[in-house]
Amino acid sequence: SPQVVWSMLGNRQFCSYKMTTKTQNFCRNEYNLTGLCNRSSCPLANSQYATVREEKGRCYLYMKTIERAAFPRRLWERVLLSKNYEKALEEIDENLIYWPRFIRHKCKQRFTKITQYLIRIRKLTLKRQRKLVPLRRKIERRENRREEKALIAAQLDNAIEKELLERLKQDTYGDIYNFPIHAFDKALQQQDAESESDSDAEREEDDDDDEDVDKREFVEAEDSELSDFEDMDKLETSSEEEQEEEEEVEKKASHSKWKGKMPLKGPARRKRPYIEIEYEQETEPSTKTKAA
Amino acid sequence: AGEGSAAVPGDGAGPPAPERVLFPPTFSVSEIKNKQRRHFMFLRWKQQQRKEKLALKKKRRKEREALGDKAPPKPIPKTIENQRVYDETTVDPNDEEVAFDEATDEFAPYFNRQTVPKILITTSDRPRGRTVRFCEQLATVIPNSHVYYRRGLALKRIIPQCIARDFTDLIVINEDRKIPNGLVLSHLPDGPTAHFRMSSVRLRKEIKRKGKEPTEHVPEVILNNFTTRLGHSIGRMFAALFPHNPQFIGRQVATFHNQRDYIFFRFHRYIFKSEKKVGIQELGPRFTLKLRSLQKGTFDSKFGEYEWIHKRREMDTSRRKFHL
Repeated sequence: SPQVVWSMLGNRQFCSYKMTTKTQNFCRNEYNLTGLCNRSSCPLANSQYATVREEKGRCYLYMKTIERAAFPRRLWERVLLSKNYEKALEEIDENLIYWPRFIRHKCKQRFTKITQYLIRIRKLTLKRQRKLVPLRRKIERRENRREEKALIAAQLDNAIEKELLERLKQDTYGDIYNFPIHAFDKALQQQDAESESDSDAEREEDDDDDEDVDKREFVEAEDSELSDFEDMDKLETSSEEEQEEEEEVEKKASHSKWKGKMPLKGPARRKRPYIEIEYEQETEPSTKTKAA
Repeated sequence: AGEGSAAVPGDGAGPPAPERVLFPPTFSVSEIKNKQRRHFMFLRWKQQQRKEKLALKKKRRKEREALGDKAPPKPIPKTIENQRVYDETTVDPNDEEVAFDEATDEFAPYFNRQTVPKILITTSDRPRGRTVRFCEQLATVIPNSHVYYRRGLALKRIIPQCIARDFTDLIVINEDRKIPNGLVLSHLPDGPTAHFRMSSVRLRKEIKRKGKEPTEHVPEVILNNFTTRLGHSIGRMFAALFPHNPQFIGRQVATFHNQRDYIFFRFHRYIFKSEKKVGIQELGPRFTLKLRSLQKGTFDSKFGEYEWIHKRREMDTSRRKFHL
């Protein structure tokens, strides 16, 4: 009898469908109407019981009566409910006429919930589904490793610097950068056609003319700073023989005028011209000539 | 020599044996059953190998010095790039067919300066913080780009809208578990669509020694190492993202460097310290891409005509074969 069953399973002994949590007990039985473990919702402990379940989008009403308690195979009677919501509710009512109020009410509630989630499923499948592609661990690891190796092999900084210098040489930047020796070379190249021996001679002349070039450069830089205001907009980086004072003046000017454009390099970069001995050596002869 | 080696097992973990002990050729370290002794013998064997190698090196160096000028040139070390399997689709700079193709493909209007690139950047559904910030930074790097969030809209439906509003390119950043991991780049008036796997994304704040924010100047573009036909078309796709006239005043450069099929993107600011020296400073996000597929039309996963798909079984068989 159901009372005995409940007193055994529900309260005292073990029920394999029962799941206990801190606040509540749940029933995992698939025919359970509410999902909780109660005296009135246990399908094992009630001889007259009904549920609504759905299979492949269609809802069925399952009923269990005392007369069939001896025949487990025929225990649950299944009735297909119509797709129309109101009609299905009426069908539940007429099938469960004279049944306890609790079961009728809960069946209808459960049916409502089921139809709602079926509607949501149908709506979602029409939208874009997210396709889950499983990652294969070995392949992921292999690709990561190869990427690291490729990064090391790429030597990105060097490649970029090389490319930029190439572009400078090929004069894609036009007149923005004034490197006098560069201009000197180009002028000479324009004059002499192809001879390499001539270029050797040019290089020797270059070394001799270094000091002259220095002098020239010093004068020009002063002019550009004082006279041409429109040239301030173009970032004319001065020659390779930058003097420290000029650099400081320029930087101060730049800081005041272009706050965004001249990049604030980190201390490492700013220190470089100061650290290199070459600069110091080259400034000396020019100051000497200046004094002279 | 046999006696020497026979005497040694008795030492076990004792003091190292004298140098003159040699291993007889039929003796193998792995045959000793005792682990401690085996380990000991193995270490000694290793030491001996190292000594032999060092002696060989010294000898070779002496020979080299002795020969002086007549010494044969040092052999070039083999790298993967050296040993790369020659790809028959490598583009020859003077190839006429390639030049003709490029004059008539989908990027021709861009390269003829008829169109100005206008780019739409978007993500997959519900982007998380990192992706959002990455999109913003990408928008600052690429001039004339706009970020729009996708609130559940289907790509196929927004593409005609984009074309109507004169967008030339569409970038979709796919996200998984709060990090961006895929990029779909689609050239809009029915241009090719490339799908990349994106990895090692670094936002601006994660880059060390970075400079200030990228300014509004149009950056230059550097495309390195795109050698094959496929690489060429991908390179052109990237070039079509940026406007034609870089403002050299801004001194910014965006680099797409292809190495072993991985495309590294970097954004730098450069300054020419002298004629032979340039300093670069990294600003802007960085990421690496690996091409997964190239599709002829605009984005259409089911009915599109794929020009190239990465097939792991066929294409990943050789370590020295690359496709880009």
